[in-house]
Amino acid sequence: MLKVRIIPCLDVDKGRVVKGVNFVDLVDAGDPVEQARIYDREGADELTFLDITASHEDRETIFDVVRHTAEECFMPLTVGGGVRVLDDIRKLLLAGADKAAINTAAVKRPEFVREAALKFGSQCIVVSIDAKTVGDGRHEIFTHGGRNPTGIDAVQWAKRMTEYGAGEILLTSMDRDGTKIGFNLPLTRAISDAVPIPVIASGGVGELDHLVEGVIEGHASAVLAASIFHFGTYTIGQAKAHMKAAGVPVREDPKT
Amino acid sequence: MRVVIVDYNAGNLESVRKAVYYAGIDPEISAAPEDVLAADRLILPGVGAAGRAMEKLRETGLDQALDEAVRVGGKPMLGICLGMQILADELLEFGPCRGLGWIRGSVAPVRDVVGEGPRVPHMGWNSVAPRNGGEAMFRSLKGRRDFYFSHSYTLRPKDDSVIAATVDYGTPLVAAVIWQTVFATQFHPEKSQDNGERLLAAFFDWKP
Repeated sequence: MLKVRIIPCLDVDKGRVVKGVNFVDLVDAGDPVEQARIYDREGADELTFLDITASHEDRETIFDVVRHTAEECFMPLTVGGGVRVLDDIRKLLLAGADKAAINTAAVKRPEFVREAALKFGSQCIVVSIDAKTVGDGRHEIFTHGGRNPTGIDAVQWAKRMTEYGAGEILLTSMDRDGTKIGFNLPLTRAISDAVPIPVIASGGVGELDHLVEGVIEGHASAVLAASIFHFGTYTIGQAKAHMKAAGVPVREDPKT
Repeated sequence: MRVVIVDYNAGNLESVRKAVYYAGIDPEISAAPEDVLAADRLILPGVGAAGRAMEKLRETGLDQALDEAVRVGGKPMLGICLGMQILADELLEFGPCRGLGWIRGSVAPVRDVVGEGPRVPHMGWNSVAPRNGGEAMFRSLKGRRDFYFSHSYTLRPKDDSVIAATVDYGTPLVAAVIWQTVFATQFHPEKSQDNGERLLAAFFDWKP
């Protein structure tokens, strides 16, 4: 049986790990390769780096982070943030990433996703969607760390990205990110039920029950969290034990 | 032991090289047919589109070298993911094309096999069930069977006896095959942490 994946995420700025609350007030807290090693040892099912480096000159730092991580950690690695052209994806894959997550560049030019899937294969193209529930219960896409509304309906967008060859959707509840009150479950379920590809739920995890809810109520195939793992609130092992107890199939005890 | 990872522009070579290194072997990466012929063991990795991969193997003469070294010469080879699928004679990814043709059968979309229920790609950790003598390859894992999968196409051999392991995705899919001196997996041992490392070590100990 396919297991539900638990994916720790590291937000990386200029080669250093940070984690924001609603994407502002970033707190510096460590070396990404060291963190990756810890997650690998704890039995994380995958690892995601989100590169939030703003300036172009500093963008090369992520390739070193990926390279050093891939040298030691034999688990799937996804990198998102600043993926704009095919060559960005090629460089990430060569550095050792398995998947590239496309966000703003897809909103700007949806065909980019089609081109990327054709060139590299759907299995390594993740479309990252930042969405919020707006007034009338509709779910809308936002870009630029949740600041810019696009007017695009999130469910329609997810379907379109699937048609264009996305292999997976990384769905962030932007109205929950950093709040620790759990995923936006109606949003998560709406997207998960609308597409036939895997959906990773992200944004708002503060308790282990939130991970369970994302799967049971949100119908997500995988759950991603940053701060609960990064600041040591919970270990990956605790998350897995909790999910298992709730009846969610997880990969157990990879190291014993 | 001289181990050559075959470079045919199908990605993921460094990951494979590092995982093999951790499993106790220092492999070479090469696109040269003469290195394929001189190797003791071969690894045929691969992600991406099958059509382009086969084109590349033919352009470089690697298809002939592999045929001579493995099918005729009996060198042990490990195929990974696309490196398993292209062993088949019929590949259907982006239109029909011919694979190496060692294993009779086709490579079909996972969706056609599993129906409408499960999500495709089949992505993540899933447990494999060895059969037909495949058990020996997994013995050192002491009952642990989880490996990382990431694929939208699946191998469908005409002769079931080559299937060395299956994986349950609502419907059983082929997880590994053993054909002559070839052991090949749909999953990625190089991305499967300890289990993958042990399986790689088992391949190097394997005496087919």
